[in-house]
Amino acid sequence: DIRNTVGNIPMEWYQDFPHIGYDLEGKKIYKPIRTKDELDMFLEKMENPDYWRTVQDKMTGADIKLTDEQVDLVHRLQKGQFGDVHFNPYEPAIDFFTHEVMIHPVTNRPADKRSFIPSLIEKEKVSKLVHAIKMGWIKPRKPKDDTPTYYDLWAHEDPNSILGRHKMHVPAPKMKLPGHEESYNPPPEYLLSEEEKLAWEQQEPAERKLNFVPQQYQCLRAVPAYSRFIHERFERCLDLYLCPRQRKMRVNVDPEDLIPKLPKPRDLQPFPTTQALIYRGHTSLVRCLSISPSGQWLVSGSDDCTVRFWEVCTARCMKTLPVGGVVKSVAWNPNPTVCLVAVCVEQSVLLVNPCLGDKLLYGATDQLLESYVAPEEERVQPVQWVMATAEQHSKGVRLVVQHSKAVKQVTWHGKGDYFASVVSDNSNMQVLIHQTSKRWSQNPFRKSKGLVQCVLFHPIRPYFFVATQRFVRVYNLLKQELTKKLMTNCKWVSSMAIHPGGDNIICGSYDSKLAWFDLDLSTRPYQLLRHHKKALRSVAFHRHYPLFASGSDDGTVIVCHGMVYNDLLQNPLLVPVKVLKGHAITLDLGVLDVLFHPTQPWIFSSGADGTVRLYT
Amino acid sequence: AAARRLCILKGIYPHEPKHKKKVNKGSTAPRTFYLLKDIKFLLHEPIVNKFREYKVFVRKLRKAYGKSEWSTVDRLKDNKPSYKLDHIVKERYPTFVDALRDLDDALSMCFLFSTFPRTGKCHVQTIQLCRRLAVEFLNYVIASRSLRKVFLSIKGIYYQAEVLGQPITWITPYAFAHDHPTDVDYRVMATFTEFYTTLLGFVNFRLYHSLNLLYPPKIDGQADAELKPVEGKEYAMDSESYLEKLSALSASLARVVAPTHEDEVEVDEFPVEGETAEQMDAKKKEQEALEKHKKLFEGLRFFLNREVPREPLAFIIRCFGGQVSWDKSLCIGATYDVSDPSITHQIVDRPQVQQQVVGRYYLQPQWVFDSVNAKLCLPVADYFPGVLLPPHLSPFVTEQEGDYVPPEKLRLLAMQRGESPGEESEEEEEEEEEEEDDNEKEEEEDESEKEEEMKLKKMEEQKTQSSKALPVKVTAGKLRLEDRQRLEQEQQSEEKRLAIMMMKKREKYLYKKIMFGKKRKVREANKLAAKRKAHDTAVKEEKKKSKKARRE
Repeated sequence: DIRNTVGNIPMEWYQDFPHIGYDLEGKKIYKPIRTKDELDMFLEKMENPDYWRTVQDKMTGADIKLTDEQVDLVHRLQKGQFGDVHFNPYEPAIDFFTHEVMIHPVTNRPADKRSFIPSLIEKEKVSKLVHAIKMGWIKPRKPKDDTPTYYDLWAHEDPNSILGRHKMHVPAPKMKLPGHEESYNPPPEYLLSEEEKLAWEQQEPAERKLNFVPQQYQCLRAVPAYSRFIHERFERCLDLYLCPRQRKMRVNVDPEDLIPKLPKPRDLQPFPTTQALIYRGHTSLVRCLSISPSGQWLVSGSDDCTVRFWEVCTARCMKTLPVGGVVKSVAWNPNPTVCLVAVCVEQSVLLVNPCLGDKLLYGATDQLLESYVAPEEERVQPVQWVMATAEQHSKGVRLVVQHSKAVKQVTWHGKGDYFASVVSDNSNMQVLIHQTSKRWSQNPFRKSKGLVQCVLFHPIRPYFFVATQRFVRVYNLLKQELTKKLMTNCKWVSSMAIHPGGDNIICGSYDSKLAWFDLDLSTRPYQLLRHHKKALRSVAFHRHYPLFASGSDDGTVIVCHGMVYNDLLQNPLLVPVKVLKGHAITLDLGVLDVLFHPTQPWIFSSGADGTVRLYT
Repeated sequence: AAARRLCILKGIYPHEPKHKKKVNKGSTAPRTFYLLKDIKFLLHEPIVNKFREYKVFVRKLRKAYGKSEWSTVDRLKDNKPSYKLDHIVKERYPTFVDALRDLDDALSMCFLFSTFPRTGKCHVQTIQLCRRLAVEFLNYVIASRSLRKVFLSIKGIYYQAEVLGQPITWITPYAFAHDHPTDVDYRVMATFTEFYTTLLGFVNFRLYHSLNLLYPPKIDGQADAELKPVEGKEYAMDSESYLEKLSALSASLARVVAPTHEDEVEVDEFPVEGETAEQMDAKKKEQEALEKHKKLFEGLRFFLNREVPREPLAFIIRCFGGQVSWDKSLCIGATYDVSDPSITHQIVDRPQVQQQVVGRYYLQPQWVFDSVNAKLCLPVADYFPGVLLPPHLSPFVTEQEGDYVPPEKLRLLAMQRGESPGEESEEEEEEEEEEEDDNEKEEEEDESEKEEEMKLKKMEEQKTQSSKALPVKVTAGKLRLEDRQRLEQEQQSEEKRLAIMMMKKREKYLYKKIMFGKKRKVREANKLAAKRKAHDTAVKEEKKKSKKARRE
């Protein structure tokens, strides 16, 4: 009953054709015409009582109504029953072989030989196993260990059993406990403002003070998970096993205890405390100061090419001496019977008679200078001594000592006859010693030992101090030899002053240190004072009072109490007593020179602002 | 990797050499250095051999799998080498107190691992073990009532318990799924967890025994009987449900010796020599306060709504003697229903409550935390649902002198001292503040006047200075009142400055450092105070505006 001859093929192949296959004669079988639309189909479904048993034959495309038997078959198959109604799946089982043991065997075959002899294969296997056990390749099954996993581990705590290494073990520090800012609902001041948040974001994660941004949530329900929780735990783990541990001794000191107990400045009076007078008149920096031995007159040299003489008590400029060059140094003759000022101007040292004060006195000085009688034979001198011209003489200049190079410092010997000058040169001609009465000069050094910064005569003994950049050399002038070399521990010495007793020296340096030397103690500084913030320009000792002062580029003068005791066992006592301010800083320069009054506890300072100030 | 594991387990850490160049062949490149002694110590460890055995085992197993020799695989698996860390725990913590001191990290790690999903990342057994140990520890804390402080931070919840006098702090994350970061080496964490679980297990054992509790913990028979008929049906697996019941934290634990009913052990007084009566009194008072704190929630019955984090709240409430329950469908272990009339507090975390039952407070969860930290039941008015909560402060901060103290803390301290700042006083405060503001303004004006005077004076002085060249003129001198105190102060400060100048270099450095630290502290405190002030004024102005708007 084959109506369609296309065979067992998917019928979809004929979807697009009008026919559905071919009959036995090779003629096309056309699809039945289906004009029904959805509505008709639905109506048929509703109305046709046999609709449920109508199926479409795919081969012919015709609708077939299933018979009752066919429906029954479908039902049975759906239930998983046999298709045949009459098939009984539960027929009684009949043993095809008896379960009772018979007296006769089923077969009469004799038993194999191999059932009587031990198996070779098994033997081989066993021997292999035995070998493996012997060799330790196979281990017997371990007995299950039935000790409890947890027990009282610290039942027998024995303090003696603690290992030595346990004592040096540093336990890991605990994690920092959270503060208010970590709360889910912190007080409003702990929340970051916009700028702070921005700053927080721009910081390196390692630099941040908080590793989270404080946030505020209205209720607990709104709090989200913290995304870096695992990270933080992991970082803690890393800290625990990768970070070196060290015991840090926390310094637990009261900062007040660190401050040394010093005698109160009030008890160390007198010392200058207030600014009393300002000497105005210079138009440029005032580089140098000097005072007459009587303490009545002050001389100052400035960059405006003048030397001015002042009366100390009235701040009145008594005399102005234009010298035609920058004045590097001035020095008043310490001999009270001689009225003479040495002034360094460029390449020459002028000896000036200021003609101030007692007429007899300065008259005597002129006479003293004029009483010079030239020696018979001319000696070869490193400098030229020239008498002042008439014009110069009228201004007060008496003698001109002309050097080969620019002179930067001049200083008198205590007796007032000799003076030393420093020439900026690096040959052996840096330091020259002159004698006024004989008008002759000599060069004390054969060799240069570095750039000389300043020189100084010992007030009592025949010693001569020469400060180079880093050392201060002390020469004995009588024996003409080096007696001491002081290490200043500074980079560049700027100035030097000697205690009137002669056993202590202070050195100021450009690296803002002040070194106090006790010549009896050692060649190293007894104390290094770092009081100033900027380079020291000059230092000075008071002649009677136990005071010394230092002036610096930071515009301050610091007055210190420097008591030197007579017995050698007691070390000097240094106490800063006053910081004097007043000079304005111009061109990065503050105080250029400081000077004590010879008799009163007063101090003069000259500054880059063109003033000289007196503090009393 | 084995070395790392060994270092972690044995607690060996690198050492910072004194002379870095000397040991590093002259270079200063950063390297980690271990003490030679430490490394030798590691080599003597018997567990090293166990690690080797395990490595061999893994190699053999892989080979057997490759050859598909299943019998060999079975045999090998039977003989799987295992190791124990007991002796390492004992060695690292020779006394129990040592172990307690180092428990912080262990607990935090276990709590973190117990929240991990059971897939990937690490072994399921580890997670289960962590969960078990964590729950056991929580149960111990409940039984011993040793919780002291809790803190809701944005990172998680911090707890601090005091066990045998040692403060133990741990943090638990909020109950959300983790997004696992990729740049974290879970193997390191797993090694740590391995050690920590061992440690925590032993510690738990010891702690349970110190309270005469059974270990592993069992729920008290009577409570168990109550629970079983209700819950037994819904939970299929008995073994699993047991842990869950435990972790519900609602039942008390069985004791080895049946507790003789609530006998208060009076603390005997041992007069210690060299201790004054005052100290004794203080001690006694402290003891009393502690006892009172432990019974903070005694007699209160709480009900947790389902939006509230159940475990932490149940834990805290039970720690302070309260009774707690929740919706039956939320978790096993609920003891009473919402409708129970004896409930005194219901913890709610939604803007409003639909059906309110009379006779109980509806509160936000922060009340529980704040009350615990304040050591007293705070007034409930600030914590009603939908109310703007007062700030939640950290209990771990103890302000020293000079530190910034938030005003809320001050109020709290006052409350602890027994003063009761009611609302009236607040209003008064506001009024006072306003008055103060006025005063301040006046003062400011005064100051500004003074300043002007000063300026004038200065100008005059300058004039007198600069008028030297000018025609001389005498102006009437003003009498200057010298403030003696101020002068003295100035003098003293100058003396101090001069003395500081004379300090030695090292001491000066130290002094400057200390002073810098102090100044920074003050600056920070001032900054916070200023911020607070600005915030308060802003709030006040807003209030005023709203008031005005309402009036209009």
